[in-house]
Amino acid sequence: MAVVREITFAQALNEALDYEMSKDPKVVVMGEDVGLYGGIYGVTAGLYGKYGPERVRDTPIAESGFIGTAVGAAATGLLRPVVELMFIDFLGVAFDQLYNQAAKMRYMFGGKAKISMVLRTTCGAGFSAAAQHSQSLHALFSHVPGLKVVMPSTPYDAKGLLISSIEDDDPVIFIEHKGLYAIKGEVPEEPYSIPLGEADVKREGKDVTIVATAAMVHKSLEVAEKLEKEGISIEVVDPRTIVPLDVDTIVNSIKKTGKLVVVDEGYPRASFASDIAALAASKAFDSLKAPVKIVTPPATPVPFSPALESEWIPSAEKIEKAVREIL
Amino acid sequence: MAVEEIPKEKLLWMYETMVRIRVHEERVAELFAQGKIPGFVHLYVGEEAVAVGVMANLRKEDYITSTHRGHGHYIAKGGDIKASMAELFGKKTGSGKGKGGSMHIADLDVGELGANGIVGGGIPHAVGAALGIKLNGLDNVAVAFFGDGASNQQNFHEGINLASIWKLPVVFVCENNQYQISLSYDKQQAIKSVAERGKAYGIPGVSVDGQDVLAVYEVAKEAIERARRGEGPTLIEAKTYRFRGHFEGDPQVYRSKEEVEWWKKNKDPIKLFEEKLLEKGVATREELDGIWEKVKKEIEEAVKFAEESPWPSKEEVVEDVFSTPTKGVLVWQW
Repeated sequence: MAVVREITFAQALNEALDYEMSKDPKVVVMGEDVGLYGGIYGVTAGLYGKYGPERVRDTPIAESGFIGTAVGAAATGLLRPVVELMFIDFLGVAFDQLYNQAAKMRYMFGGKAKISMVLRTTCGAGFSAAAQHSQSLHALFSHVPGLKVVMPSTPYDAKGLLISSIEDDDPVIFIEHKGLYAIKGEVPEEPYSIPLGEADVKREGKDVTIVATAAMVHKSLEVAEKLEKEGISIEVVDPRTIVPLDVDTIVNSIKKTGKLVVVDEGYPRASFASDIAALAASKAFDSLKAPVKIVTPPATPVPFSPALESEWIPSAEKIEKAVREIL
Repeated sequence: MAVEEIPKEKLLWMYETMVRIRVHEERVAELFAQGKIPGFVHLYVGEEAVAVGVMANLRKEDYITSTHRGHGHYIAKGGDIKASMAELFGKKTGSGKGKGGSMHIADLDVGELGANGIVGGGIPHAVGAALGIKLNGLDNVAVAFFGDGASNQQNFHEGINLASIWKLPVVFVCENNQYQISLSYDKQQAIKSVAERGKAYGIPGVSVDGQDVLAVYEVAKEAIERARRGEGPTLIEAKTYRFRGHFEGDPQVYRSKEEVEWWKKNKDPIKLFEEKLLEKGVATREELDGIWEKVKKEIEEAVKFAEESPWPSKEEVVEDVFSTPTKGVLVWQW
């Protein structure tokens, strides 16, 4: 009998790391404060005690150095590093090692290199952490060919997707929304994997499709529940991975409802939201009965004051308004 | 190190490998001028003793990371020259199936983890290879090659610092050819030698004449043996000089013809080594000439292979991006 308990998103990730480390000695964890401290969000808690300082490595604040180290270790096939970038906002000081190195080695070397590594990082606003600790930059990674980009919304998905990501032979950017770490959900005790590239329909509906990512999935579900009382049926599709993208599930849903709202915490321009809107326009145009609506933050840095930040983050009210406009 | 202390076989390997790099690079210059090689190329002529002096201490299982000026490292590490020549031409049979070109040649089978188009980009990869070696309990080493310009990059600082605190089996070899494109070394750094920076990381820093293959060999030997013993990294600066421009076609307005001629006349690493080999009676003139003939033939065969190889097919544009296939769309095409 499978044992299913309610655990947090952070605990689910911890179980995935623990499982992979116990199974494969090549899996090592590296990053700032991931050792004794257990990670600033507790995701690596207990691993240092269990696997020791050789495999759970605290690093200097030198993101390019330790991410590049992971790339080189992966390229040799000697290790399968899981690296933690404390905030996705810090990628600027290390981006070259991801977008020019990890992402391109396989292609440039004619398919001979395997860069089996995972970069775990955090995204999301809502903590008055201001413009350099609150962004959702998945679009930047998704723009560059060669990186897989994973963005779970539930504890169940988090565990299964992290296991798949570590076992994948490509560089995977695994993005954890900070607002999700404490949420609880049912998670089987035993290991399981969720294939990358398979969206999940979090709620079935027939009137409007909402495609949402990470924390926005929960806000969209909240809106769907509320509007159900008025007889409005909303389908919520969570792509779960931005690259690869489960185009079929998204397009089929749009074809079914004829209406699309994309909800995402990334900036609006050249974004995940505009990408999905373009997908609808090119692959489901004949089914569309209304303009595609996009709910994202404005194109501004993330503000500090709670009074401003709550306006900046896409809210349930804004999602509801967008849905009503195309009903 | 004196000639007498090194077996003849190794001395001749060094000579032959330097000649192979020289002949390869000069032939590539011709082919580039003829328009047969697309893109741009950065040649290693004049710097041969650095790659060869270091690589004479390495095993096949050891790793190296290279630079945009990487042909010499590739050849000295034992990379397949037919595959690299075909890659320079952009052919299907190339080391990267024509997708990488001169700045991205790699041969993972011999531990050559790749040339790199980003200055300093490969330094942390050598650190990562060394971490893999250490955690797997192996006695191999990794060597990062990079230029004087790269020693101002964050990856130099962050990579060496990591290797130092983790005592990893890696050797950092700075090929100080005295110009980062046009900017001379004295205008990039206020110190006399990049090796001085070793002190900042608590590791040995050694400067060596990069035109003297035996001097490089000796310094690298000590550093590599130290790394194999688990005593941590060393920073080596090899002072060298590129006889050609930064890239083929470089007008070289930043240095005089006299300066270049002086180096060619007085500090050609092959000529200097040749004189030593003849003087000590390690080889005869005929033997050395025979090496040049053999190598020239070999390079011509590689050129012929490249010229006769097919172009990649159009379908290959979208291949080799990812390893693990998925149900969702990975390689997007509208």
